[in-house]
Amino acid sequence: MLSFAATVLLDGVSYGMVLFLISVGLTITMGLMRVVNLAHGSFAMIGGYTAGYLTQKGVNFYFALVCAAAVAGALGGIAELTVYRPLYRKGELSQVLLTIGLVFVVTAVATEMFGAFPYPMVFPDYLAQPVNIGFRTYPAYRLFLIAVGAVVAAVMWYLIDNSLYGAKLRAAVDNSKIARCVGMNVNILFTGTFIIGCALAGLGGAVGAQILSLEPSYALKYVVLFLVVVIVGGEGSFKGSFIAAIALGIIDTLGKYFVTQAAPYLLYAAVFVLLLWRPQGLMPSKAAG
Amino acid sequence: MSAAPVLSVRGLCKNFGALIVAQAIDVDLFAGARVGLIGPNGAGKTTFVNLLTGFLHPDAGTITLDGLSIETMVAERRVHHGLARTHQINTLLVEMTVRDNVAIAIAEREKFAWRMMRYKPQWRACLEEAQTRLDQIGIGAIGDRIVRELPYGQQRLLEIAIALALKPRVLLLDEPAAGVPSAETHHIHDVLSKLPKDIAILIIEHDMDVIFRFAQEIIVLVQGRVLRRGVPAEIATDPEVRAVYLGRTVV
Amino acid sequence: MTALNRDEPVAAPPATSFGAMTSGRSWLALVGHALPWAIIIVFYFMAGGYLSLGTQVLIWILFALSLDLALGYAGIVTLGQAAFFGLGAYAAGLFAIHVSPDPILGHIAAVLIAGLFGLVTGAMILHTTGVTFLMLTLAIVSILFEYANQARSLTGGDDGLQGVKIDPIFGMFEFNIFGETAYVYAAVVLFIWFLISWRIVHSPFGRSLDGIRQNARRMRAIGTPVWWRLLAVYTLSAAMAGSAGALSAHATRFVGLSVLSLLTSGIVTVMLILGGTRRLYGAFVGAAVYYLVQDATARISPYFWEFVVGLMLIATVLFLEGGLLDLGRVGRRLFDRLRRRPDPT
Repeated sequence: MLSFAATVLLDGVSYGMVLFLISVGLTITMGLMRVVNLAHGSFAMIGGYTAGYLTQKGVNFYFALVCAAAVAGALGGIAELTVYRPLYRKGELSQVLLTIGLVFVVTAVATEMFGAFPYPMVFPDYLAQPVNIGFRTYPAYRLFLIAVGAVVAAVMWYLIDNSLYGAKLRAAVDNSKIARCVGMNVNILFTGTFIIGCALAGLGGAVGAQILSLEPSYALKYVVLFLVVVIVGGEGSFKGSFIAAIALGIIDTLGKYFVTQAAPYLLYAAVFVLLLWRPQGLMPSKAAG
Repeated sequence: MSAAPVLSVRGLCKNFGALIVAQAIDVDLFAGARVGLIGPNGAGKTTFVNLLTGFLHPDAGTITLDGLSIETMVAERRVHHGLARTHQINTLLVEMTVRDNVAIAIAEREKFAWRMMRYKPQWRACLEEAQTRLDQIGIGAIGDRIVRELPYGQQRLLEIAIALALKPRVLLLDEPAAGVPSAETHHIHDVLSKLPKDIAILIIEHDMDVIFRFAQEIIVLVQGRVLRRGVPAEIATDPEVRAVYLGRTVV
Repeated sequence: MTALNRDEPVAAPPATSFGAMTSGRSWLALVGHALPWAIIIVFYFMAGGYLSLGTQVLIWILFALSLDLALGYAGIVTLGQAAFFGLGAYAAGLFAIHVSPDPILGHIAAVLIAGLFGLVTGAMILHTTGVTFLMLTLAIVSILFEYANQARSLTGGDDGLQGVKIDPIFGMFEFNIFGETAYVYAAVVLFIWFLISWRIVHSPFGRSLDGIRQNARRMRAIGTPVWWRLLAVYTLSAAMAGSAGALSAHATRFVGLSVLSLLTSGIVTVMLILGGTRRLYGAFVGAAVYYLVQDATARISPYFWEFVVGLMLIATVLFLEGGLLDLGRVGRRLFDRLRRRPDPT
């Protein structure tokens, strides 16, 4: 019984870590730039396909992960400078529409380059092995996900709470107008943060390829998940997104184990109820009103 | 005063956590009153208006309009009972014409704005009344202009025109001259002096000239609390009020 | 519904009509009105094998029109319109199978069911705005999609609802593979809804919706019961989308799971934006252009249309905020600016 509970917990947390890696960039850019970015999942997908392609060609796994993050980050930077910049002063509808357009474009390119079926990624053999964790054996891959997520979370937490960059970020999230007046180069901050967010998403898409399978429809298929993490955790709240991602991972896993048939729409129903009850999320980083 | 107050506020309280924005405020507005509300920035003046109009919910206290208790009423309904306001920052329908802005308000007042059929004569009547009201305020010539293209001062006047079009019994003016270039403020002062005599008016202003010319009674609000109230002459010479504005603590 | 200090796309002059676009000269306005309907009528006689494609376009025009009311005029930023479309389609299909194969009855049932769903969900979510509201609409579509996917015995799951048999309309006009009945049926339903929409957007009610879109706070300050107005248009929009769904079910005698997909919501939004919001005829242009593009680009590569549509959407948002129907206005402005330059006064 305990073993089962622990398994569910580990499954949920590892899934949550993937969601965290992908969504943390989104929560920061949504909180910072106040842009509804429905195309964020595309960057995760780009990272996934990059790593998938490289590992299939025999490239070292860890190097492929770095490339995944780099490519996703670079493309994110280009996108920010070209199409996202004009969005900052446009209304929400324009943001939704433009980022949907971006999703369409990336989806079409992905289908053309990699085909419409799930794209496999080659993981190192030792990750495919089960590991003895005391009361049972458990896939090393999932433990790897937890490790990666924890390390990234720790590094980011340190950065955001303790570095000048973090302080600037928090200031700009709180009030970008004043931040500009104080002399912060908000543009560079935005671009840099967007690149980091996309790079992390790319990493998440790559390591999480066994859980969120790589297909061209990736971005649209999982956009609701990523947005849920952001909204529930509170836009701009790093801690909130971490907790929300883990919670979402655990809830979804619980659902899959217990209510297998109803699982997918129970999740959305839960999100629906939660949003109605607490529209501002569980942990808003900005005071309401 | 022999008649009952049109608007009566008792014990109005509101706080955001540790920040107290309204502390047991009592106010009575009688028909035809001209009351000025002054106080340093952050004193809670606009918050008070938001509480009166229903855009904020008080933690405690009562608001009575013509004997009707309105503190739990939705903002929209309070308008229909005779409470209108202008906004500190222009809140207009910027894509529409000046006349349409006023006409829509009249349509809502006459309660036919929900109609989808048989509306042509009524709408025309709204447009006519709108034009008349614009003429009365002095902006009749710009009826066809799109609000977005107007200079700031004219937009401020439109705010007032819309509020008046609602035929309110109580009118709350939130810094009507704020942000208006000094060359155009005389127009606003002109309009203020010609406001209908039977409406009870509460005006928030920083411009002391306007206040002392316009108001019969002044209420001084500091940190959500009524510090003083009285006729302009009293307020002008009150040491505590001066201290608040000049920054010296009262001994 | 959005922050006060953002630039919202100014799609069209206030309370727009096709006539307003052509400087109000009434004969030109009449031509402007007659043109789309003339094309629809002529297409019937000239289409040949393309008639069923035309029916699809008509269905999506109606679908996009429903979105124009909610999104274009009232400013309700929703990605959940597919919920009503799909619900109407499944309702019509299931009605035909389990209750009665009469198309008119089935259509009315679908409209009522979709409208009721719109009323209930609207009442639950319209007090929220922004991303929260958007998410709620996404959640609703996702819930319906997953439910339909899983309830195989009822809906056929991802195989779709098969074997939908429809009686001839009024006992006379049979639905067959030539698709003539379906086309006229769709055109008539579209026309009826168009008249209703036209009436609404030019009424005081429609004007108040426009006001709500521009500044809900201002509307509340003049006594408008904003929530109720939004609920009314949301419900109407849902009923209309449901009607489009019913047309789809009747015309193809099949209901696929994709009618409830997020992609469907996305596509109808793309169509409306391409054509231009707050024009009513924008829905016509957008749906037609979308299908033309899809048809043309599908020949090059199966996925090229998605690429082109995505680019068109991005370009529309960045450069052509009023959609294609705004080309006239944008072109004129450009022309004016070019003309002023060489004048050395």
